[in-house]
Amino acid sequence: MPPTDEILVHARGLTKRFDEFTAVNAVDFDVRTAEAFGFLGPNGAGKTSTMRMIACSSPVTEGELTVIGMDPRTQAAQIKARLGVVPQADNLDAELTVEENLLMYARYFDIPMSVARPRAAELLEFMQLTERAGDQVEPLSGGMKRRLTIARALINDPELIILDEPTTGLDPQARHLLWERLYRLKQRGATLIITTHYMDEAEQLCDRLVVMDKAAIVAAGTPRELIEKYATKEVLELRIPDAVRGSLDGRFNGRLDGLAERVEELPDRFLLYADDGEKALEGVHGREIPIDSALVRRATLEDVFLRLTGRSLVE
Amino acid sequence: MAVIAGSRPGPASVASGLAGAIAGAARILQRNLLVYRRTWRGSLFGSFLTPLLYLTAMGIGLSQLMARGGSDLLGGVPYLDFLGPGILASSCMQTASFESTYPIMGKISWRKNYEAILATPIEVHHLLVGELSWIAFRLTTMATVFMIVLTLFGIPRSPLALLAIPAAVLTGLAFSAPIIAFAATRHNDSGFAALFRFIINPLFLFSGTFFPVSQLPDAVEWVAAATPLYHGVVLVRGSVLDKMPSTWPLHVAYLVAFIAVTGYIAYRLLRRRLVK
Ligand SMILES: Nc1ncnc2c1ncn2[C@@H]1O[C@H](COP(=O)(O)OP(=O)(O)O)[C@@H](O)[C@H]1O
Ligand SMILES: [Mg+2]
Repeated sequence: MPPTDEILVHARGLTKRFDEFTAVNAVDFDVRTAEAFGFLGPNGAGKTSTMRMIACSSPVTEGELTVIGMDPRTQAAQIKARLGVVPQADNLDAELTVEENLLMYARYFDIPMSVARPRAAELLEFMQLTERAGDQVEPLSGGMKRRLTIARALINDPELIILDEPTTGLDPQARHLLWERLYRLKQRGATLIITTHYMDEAEQLCDRLVVMDKAAIVAAGTPRELIEKYATKEVLELRIPDAVRGSLDGRFNGRLDGLAERVEELPDRFLLYADDGEKALEGVHGREIPIDSALVRRATLEDVFLRLTGRSLVE
Repeated sequence: MAVIAGSRPGPASVASGLAGAIAGAARILQRNLLVYRRTWRGSLFGSFLTPLLYLTAMGIGLSQLMARGGSDLLGGVPYLDFLGPGILASSCMQTASFESTYPIMGKISWRKNYEAILATPIEVHHLLVGELSWIAFRLTTMATVFMIVLTLFGIPRSPLALLAIPAAVLTGLAFSAPIIAFAATRHNDSGFAALFRFIINPLFLFSGTFFPVSQLPDAVEWVAAATPLYHGVVLVRGSVLDKMPSTWPLHVAYLVAFIAVTGYIAYRLLRRRLVK
């Protein structure tokens, strides 16, 4: 199902303060039905605080917020009935088995057992947990717990699924399995809101995203739009011998001029932003700039973030 | 682009009002019963062993030392008969207190069960009423087993003794509500050891379980009489021995009011802790 024009979550000037501290500062965004919408940003940016307000778990301090056409201030229970929430840290019930976790969660939604049982079986199958149905939760691997948490979030057949860092801490295999499952959910018409500090995750999963930094939204758009707007098509990464590097400034004492639209200096390398990376590399060779190694790659959201904030997403 | 008003009906009905409140609390009770299904044997066996040990060791042992046929100070009953109902009330206090400390703390912060549950239509008052209902259930089973043991010792005087069960549950809840309030303010469990050492255990010793509070110096007697355990012991002992004082409605009213006030405080503190 392609994204529609219907707006499922609408925020204007949305603000969250803890005492004097502002965790989310007047952010504006609209999430459309059936899209995967991302919040990309480093730790502490305010992603979780925003998710918790959307999930009606955390009261809005200021601003406008509508979720599935309802007001979290007055209709929290009605909204929650139609949401699936995957929190940043798993909070499964360690005193119940895998299957009981799903069944009991269904009961919190007032779903009768006769409906919950087949639904739980189906979700365990979908998340590849059927063999573990009768097991305790504690011995499960991190990836399995995450899958169970997602299965639990789906027990009420939610229209909107909120996932806070769904793959943080998982190994690559477990991440790819999750991405594939989330993609399938989206295919079935679910709306996803995903936070992450992995740019590859945002690029893979999100139709549109906002980049958050220090409680504010610093950019918004599709991954391609953001890259086009804030980066070039390609990036040339150069590693320069330390001996040479010490005597040169951020633009290589002018020797990089004209080779790239922009040069970014990182602790271990230079990033040259150019639409044609190979051509820039030829230029570097032509000017006899000594290099250890060179790599041409496509620009990513990481480059967008670096451009906007001067910092990397994940330290 | 329009902000949509819910396009499809919610998968779950959201009951409101009193029916919703009861249904929500019932889910929390159901969750604890699901866990209890795996542990009930050990728990019931404990309820059986506690009175047995006390009545055998202290009751039979000590009562040999005391005048048979009862003393005037004990209201004219043998020591064993005096002790049995006292142990019932104070055991309910201890179990209720324990159930309101570590398990509640775990659900607030260690395992974050409440965070998970509050992402559903369940609300904070459901959590509190549900946990109190669960504790009331635990206390009912415990008091029932206790009554069976007391009966084996021939202590109850009449069928009226069955009223000791609700009285003992009320006594326990009068500890649960304030202790849940306390647990809602804690960020680690170090306060709980102090709670048991400085409050629960002294109450166990001085609130009329082992000897009448009238034996205490006046000042201490007044302190003892202000605690819920004292009122609970009066009601439980009155029921079991068929010697209910005419002031019983005051004792009941004290316990009910105590539960209501501390329960409301627990609600406010839990909300403050869980909804940020
Ligand atoms: N309950 C809270 N009380 C006080 N400060 C908080 C609370 N929750 C989050 N914060 C602060 O708000 C900021 C944003 O946090 P968070 O929303 O978790 O960011 P992110 O999810 O992007 O890492 C952080 O500086 C964090 O310390
Ligand atoms: Mg976070």
